Amino acid sequence: MTTSTPKVLQTLNIVSILMFIISLGLIFFYAPREVVMGEAQRIFYYHVPSAWVSFLAFGVAVVGGIAFLRTGNHKWDRLGLASVEVGIMFALMTLFSGMLWARPSWNTWWTWDPRLTTYAILLLIYFAYLMLRQGIEDPDKRARFGSVYGIVGFISVPITYFSIYLWRTIHPALFGTNSSETKMTMEPAMLQTFIFCNIFGAVLYTTFLWHRFRLENDTAHVEELRMKASNA
Amino acid sequence: MKSYLQAILAIAHKDLAAEIRSRELVSAMLVFSLLVVLIFNFALDLDKSARENVAAGVLWVTFTFAGTLGLNRTFAAEKDRGSLDGLLLAPVDRTAIYFGKLISTMTFMLLVEIVVLPVFTILYGISLFNLPLFGVILLGTFGYGGVGTLLACMAAQTRTRDVMLPILLFPVTVPVMLSAVRASTGILLNAEWSDILTWINILVVYDVIFVAVAVMVFDYLIEE
Repeated sequence: MTTSTPKVLQTLNIVSILMFIISLGLIFFYAPREVVMGEAQRIFYYHVPSAWVSFLAFGVAVVGGIAFLRTGNHKWDRLGLASVEVGIMFALMTLFSGMLWARPSWNTWWTWDPRLTTYAILLLIYFAYLMLRQGIEDPDKRARFGSVYGIVGFISVPITYFSIYLWRTIHPALFGTNSSETKMTMEPAMLQTFIFCNIFGAVLYTTFLWHRFRLENDTAHVEELRMKASNA
Repeated sequence: MKSYLQAILAIAHKDLAAEIRSRELVSAMLVFSLLVVLIFNFALDLDKSARENVAAGVLWVTFTFAGTLGLNRTFAAEKDRGSLDGLLLAPVDRTAIYFGKLISTMTFMLLVEIVVLPVFTILYGISLFNLPLFGVILLGTFGYGGVGTLLACMAAQTRTRDVMLPILLFPVTVPVMLSAVRASTGILLNAEWSDILTWINILVVYDVIFVAVAVMVFDYLIEE
């Protein structure tokens, strides 16, 4: 079962590290200083990629969940779990980088803006997902429940976003979140950095997911061997 | 179709009959709700105008907390008595179990709400007796019960079941809470109907989507 790391994954490791170094170089030395927001704006090059990658990760978990429920192949469930864990990591990155940006820009660490609120709830849903899995011993049941909760949780996210959006826009907005972002004009150097960082985010996700998935496969294999040993 | 409906009603009837005999659950939910209403009054130290603004919020928090108590018992009781296996052996579609449980849970919640509403009216000095508000309460309870029944079935089968349910349920039901509270506040403060309708629309959309999803996935939660 345990095979040596595939060539493609080894390459991905190196590419990820290289892209990380290059992205730091681009962000701090190539991209110009933003006029309105100043240095804090550079956070955005990591913030935005982590945000959409986290959604991608949770989306992959839904696909894994549906595929598991249809086929009963545990590989899909392990992929779902791996993707949720990697997704949580990216989501925390998004949250903390956002807070670091919000402090100088909005003069507060946190505001109950629809996007922020929905995102916090999203994180809580996936913490609940992990706790749910921890509370179930039977591997088959764990996989089924995890898949179902992954699907139900992800479906609730757009409705939550929409309802909070409506709730907040009826009130006067204290902070012009939408306007400040749409008004931010991107110079070519900024745009290039931004695109590079987005690709880096996708590559990093793939690398992490693959490693986590392999680890989960090995764990399942060890568990299987232990069961066999205790039965013999 | 007829036998399917009969199966649903039989399961709901079974739960209701058990409850009428023991009166454990509804009385506990009721006392708990009244306590929550009282505690909110102390905790928020409300004057007249503040009471009007937060009334709907307090009301819905009370309903959801009481609902969690009820939901925790629906499947846990079956599991403790070992009667869940009996239910699963019954030659009916599994989703009949879901709807039966949904009906009994909703009945318990509605019973509590019927008692809480007049008490709330007296204690908070705000009349809650109007028809649109009843409609919102019905829709909100349906949505909350719909998702709650699904997740309660899950939580009952985990190690830390009583603790698990609110953690699973609350983040997913944020839209129900929010739209129900907003719609209720709108009704109580005589807001524009177009504003209130927006929230009722969200409530209906949520109810439809989540009950449909619950029906699709419920089978996977109880197969042995």
